Amino acid sequence: MRPSVGFVLYALAAIVVLTLTQWNGINAYVQIVIMFIGINIILSSSLNLINGYMGEFSCGHAGFMAVGAYIASILNVWLFASDQVFGPPLFPPSSALFLFPVTLLIGGIGAALAGLLVAVPSFRTRGDYLAIITLAVNYIVKSSIENIQAIGGARGFMGMRKVVKSMTEAIDLPWVMIWIFVSVGITVWLIRRFVNSTYGKGMVAIRDDEIAAEIMGVNTRRIKMIAFMLSSGLAGVAGGLFAHILGYINPGSFTILKSTEVMVMVYLGGMASLSGSVMSAVVFTLLLELLRPLQVLKWVVVPLMLIVLMLFRPEGIMGNRELSDVFPKLRRWFQAKEPTS
Amino acid sequence: MDHFLQNLLNALQWGSFYALIALGYTLVYGVLLLINFAHGDIFMVGAYIGFFVATFLIGSYSYHIPFGLPNEVLFVITVLVTMVLTAGVGVTLERVAYRPLRRRGAGRLYLVITALMAGLILEHGNLALLGASRRSFPELIPKVVYQWGGVVVTNVKLLVIVTTVIVFLLLEAVVRKTKLGMAMRAISYDRFAVPLMGIPVDTVIVFTFVLGSSMAALAGVLFAAAYPVLEPYMGALIGWKAFIAAVVGGIGEIRGAFVGGFLLGFVEIFVAAFFPSTLRDLIAFFVLLIFLSFKPTGIFGVARSTKI
Repeated sequence: MRPSVGFVLYALAAIVVLTLTQWNGINAYVQIVIMFIGINIILSSSLNLINGYMGEFSCGHAGFMAVGAYIASILNVWLFASDQVFGPPLFPPSSALFLFPVTLLIGGIGAALAGLLVAVPSFRTRGDYLAIITLAVNYIVKSSIENIQAIGGARGFMGMRKVVKSMTEAIDLPWVMIWIFVSVGITVWLIRRFVNSTYGKGMVAIRDDEIAAEIMGVNTRRIKMIAFMLSSGLAGVAGGLFAHILGYINPGSFTILKSTEVMVMVYLGGMASLSGSVMSAVVFTLLLELLRPLQVLKWVVVPLMLIVLMLFRPEGIMGNRELSDVFPKLRRWFQAKEPTS
Repeated sequence: MDHFLQNLLNALQWGSFYALIALGYTLVYGVLLLINFAHGDIFMVGAYIGFFVATFLIGSYSYHIPFGLPNEVLFVITVLVTMVLTAGVGVTLERVAYRPLRRRGAGRLYLVITALMAGLILEHGNLALLGASRRSFPELIPKVVYQWGGVVVTNVKLLVIVTTVIVFLLLEAVVRKTKLGMAMRAISYDRFAVPLMGIPVDTVIVFTFVLGSSMAALAGVLFAAAYPVLEPYMGALIGWKAFIAAVVGGIGEIRGAFVGGFLLGFVEIFVAAFFPSTLRDLIAFFVLLIFLSFKPTGIFGVARSTKI
């Protein structure tokens, strides 16, 4: 398969940003904003899988993010850093370089397993009742973490900065940002492939009519399970990266407010639109940063803008459409294979 | 035994707040099929409005009212005025945010997102307007402690429980017996056929919001009387939990909200009584998860048949 133009463009942009970061072309604040944009892209596009494509109302995405964040950071601190709780590192700190993606992936897998908590009830429960289950899972994750004193409980967990530092000491590159770019690329690619696969069509069938889909031979349980696990696993990866940007996490970062933020991005971008999710993640993150001087009023202005948006354009920026539907000429850029028809 | 009874009373009081707020959720849901996520914040607004009304009446923030009314009367006036004012807030919300969206025929989930945003606006608007400092609700009803055996009961606790039961019975009567209640049930049954029968849908919906918001206001004032510390985020968690109570009972069913509220109250208080209290949320939500896995539509909920 030859790489599509979209992939090449993305890789070029990533390399430009990374080079600038490496040679101090952009200041630390802008770097962090770029990294948060990346994380929000992963979060919103993975939640869109459930809320948009599958039509279930999931409002506990931050819970899965918390699972991924905690698993990845605990593993990293335990394996690669000397810590008061876990003692000396098990592996030489420089090996974090190779094993960081592995721990990130383990965090994602852990979050995917937590996603089963939602997926299994979703076989029988749907609609608003499922929304409650996702909400409950978010609370369960949050208060479980608060109750485990070994990982800091409500005080939070830190030490990831040492891991990041040991990575940069081994080879001097902005590693966290590199992994964010890689994860964002993989996420968008994966979700695109998933949505266009048989499973994706099955998800859309479930959204349109679950019983009809079942009768037509769609294995709804299997598809629901895979979709929930994929979505929450990606959220877990995003959480792992989030933890390593900040170097400190506490259960308070993964509340309903965070879930709401992700949901807002999904709805702003439009349901069942991957490019919409990506765009709204960029727009929304920048908006939040631009409005930072307003302090508390920021959380009045942003919802107000969203309500106004809902009034004038309830389907979001790109409801149910992709960028390539709006500008058909883009299609040949982003598709590696020529359309057969 | 005394310990058990004491916890039972506490659970009844705690469940009353959940039940009162859950009634608002369930009313709006029953009519509009809209999860009004701003409802928890309307409860908070109710408590704050109650605070301002009460402090105005006892003269802390204004000139002293020349004729001194007894505190009990002041409390009743506070409750009534707060209910009216908060109902105004709820109706404004419906008018400004929900109705235009409904007119455009937007999907249900967009309304939910709007409701979430409205809740955020109320929360942070309050924070921006009044600051983060907590306020303490004036003690209008002097606390009287009754001792029955080993069980300690305050008059506020009894007031909360009795009020909730009365409100529930009233609402049940309104929905089952009056024409308005019939119209509400009709709208929830088929929103598109009902206008054809000459029922003013918008009026009925506004009335639903009035009822729901005033329930929340009542809960707010009672909550403030029992736990006299007000802060902008007080509505968030209790709102989510009341919503859970409504769902456990079977959302859209008034009996469901009542029973679900008390059930959640019992679970929380008894968990806190026998386990470390930090586990309260954890166990309460696990119970909910297990319950919903076995009974996916709640206690009184009926699965809607889907057409193919």
